[in-house]
Amino acid sequence: MSMLHTVNKSPFERNALDSCIKHALPGSAILLIEDGVYAAIKGTAHEGMVRDSMANHSLYVLGPDLLARGMSPEQVIDGISVVDYGGFVDLAVNHDKVQSWL
Amino acid sequence: MAEPWEEEGPGTVKKFMYVNRKAPYGTIYALESLEVVLIAAAFEQDVSLAFLDDGVYELKKGQDTAGIGMKNFSPTYRALEGYDIEKLYVEAESLAERGLTEADLLVPVEVMSREALAKMMDEQDVILSF
Repeated sequence: MSMLHTVNKSPFERNALDSCIKHALPGSAILLIEDGVYAAIKGTAHEGMVRDSMANHSLYVLGPDLLARGMSPEQVIDGISVVDYGGFVDLAVNHDKVQSWL
Repeated sequence: MAEPWEEEGPGTVKKFMYVNRKAPYGTIYALESLEVVLIAAAFEQDVSLAFLDDGVYELKKGQDTAGIGMKNFSPTYRALEGYDIEKLYVEAESLAERGLTEADLLVPVEVMSREALAKMMDEQDVILSF
């Protein structure tokens, strides 16, 4: 089993996602939550970094946090899975550890 | 009898700018800014709001916070007009970096360049940052 990484900061304000991607081992999962969900949106200046990370990691984004911020699942980069809170729990259960990038 | 603080007359009107640079919900800054703007509206000053960096996300259309159990305060931006706060400036570069356009915003704004906004900031008497 591998690590689940969570990132809760906007990629425009902090380097939490950048650092997460650089430290996360291949095969680990990255879940974008809270202000971290902005990284999942198509057409931003960080889309390239996020797409590149998908070669080595499975990416997820928390749906309720997207909707709160006026973003819809249709605006999410292809290949990133939108999950609900139940899905968050499943990810936590199915990985042996969780590392938070704040 | 007028109280001493009522005898000062209309007083000087100063230019106040509220600079909003944070996304909503993740931190309390955006909501606090809005609260202060609404309180300060009572003082009849020359007020403007600037939205740049992640602050542009505050004005994103279609916010629905039902799923996160927080108050959706975005409709309040549309009520600012009723408090005679009509100068809302949004930085074009900040929108573009985020893949957003003026059509994504929930209230009429003036989109301006970073350079023009910098000049606008320089012309203020007071800047409050959030």
